[in-house]
Amino acid sequence: MKYVMANSGADAVDILRRANGDGRVIAGGTDLVLDIAGGKYAPSVLVDISAAGDMREIVPREQCIAIGGSVTHSQAARSEVILREAPALAEACAAVGSLQIRNVATLAGNVVNAQPAADAAVALSALGATCVVAGEEGDRILPMERMYEGFGKSAVDSARELVREIRVPRRKKGEASAFIRLEMRKALALPMLNVAAAARVEDGVVVWARISMAPVGVGPVRAVAAEEGLVGFSLEEEVILRAAEKALEQANPRSNPLRGTRAYRMQVLPVLVARALRAVRTQLEKEEEETR
Amino acid sequence: MNQELTLTVNGEEHTLAVESGEMLLDVLRGRLHLTGTKKGCGEGECGACTIILNGKAVNSCMIPALKAQGGRVETVEGLADGEKLHPLQQAFVEEGAIQCGFCTPGILMSAKALLDETPAPDSEQIREAISGNVCRCTGYVKVEQAIQKAVKMLGEENS
Repeated sequence: MKYVMANSGADAVDILRRANGDGRVIAGGTDLVLDIAGGKYAPSVLVDISAAGDMREIVPREQCIAIGGSVTHSQAARSEVILREAPALAEACAAVGSLQIRNVATLAGNVVNAQPAADAAVALSALGATCVVAGEEGDRILPMERMYEGFGKSAVDSARELVREIRVPRRKKGEASAFIRLEMRKALALPMLNVAAAARVEDGVVVWARISMAPVGVGPVRAVAAEEGLVGFSLEEEVILRAAEKALEQANPRSNPLRGTRAYRMQVLPVLVARALRAVRTQLEKEEEETR
Repeated sequence: MNQELTLTVNGEEHTLAVESGEMLLDVLRGRLHLTGTKKGCGEGECGACTIILNGKAVNSCMIPALKAQGGRVETVEGLADGEKLHPLQQAFVEEGAIQCGFCTPGILMSAKALLDETPAPDSEQIREAISGNVCRCTGYVKVEQAIQKAVKMLGEENS
């Protein structure tokens, strides 16, 4: 196996092309190294993108915050612009693994590894993020909903392409996001359930809401019935509780011997959804007070 | 396949041939004979292998050695200045934060990485910094106290 450091996203795509399907992208490697050790993959070339010059930054643009494909969970959790405009994402990134893991593990990797309980992915889904996938034919842009093809199966073929950028919409006044995680420990723990919620409120009522939940299906699952039920209503307690119950309609958790049975998760999920929505409401109230 | 790796470890530059699948931990322990850093789980779940790479605390058991190409590595062996212990080491000894000692090198490096970036951390920051380091013996109370003591000692050194 050969280990190659790519100096840019385009360089990485080129190296992969020349490896003709036998290569694989490695970013932080915190999942991939273990997968290779476990025999899941046996690439002949590992293309390391962690030092790729054009993918290491978080750049606020006019329409979106552009998060480079090599940006780590640590970077995102501490980024001023993300803390201010996408708090759900900052919280989600801060919840993963341990500091040692967050210092190398990338957000793009969290999405591409396609595990159902991925934290950054849940937050990105609720924030309406899109992923720019760079391949031989150029870029394709996929919303979070289209990044998964099955359990543990990404829409991105890491032997040929990579996520070079994740775009999170800029936060406008009247919008807020929050992330809630049910976990057995405060670190080095996968989530039992994680929920991210984002909403826009105008004249006191919800204009749109996005509620993403995991692990209750393939990738982050949007609670579309609950979301639709919120539009036109103000975020009062009864409205929140009703939406929280509706969230169950899209949830299909499995039973896990360590992290909770299906029955338990179905019971707790509405509680978490309600907490996420309340956190969103609190942020909006705070924003209103500050701008008075 | 062998590839050439150049990196700086505790201020000293090394160039050596490594297997492409070798992890940084194995290079440090096996090739450079710096056995201070420990292998606990080999899968990034315990932090015993924590070292500082380019200023960040990482689990060296999961870092391919070649990922550290041209990088700057700090291990526990680099803390002391000759015979003089680093304030972190001194504080750990004085506060009783070491029992079996297996987690200690990793926790020291997590603490050092924290103090290099945040010289006066609060309790929450200390706990966040070491929550990726599992200690089976101490219960962490003395560890946190030792780090707080080291903060004071370093503060006095620098004033």
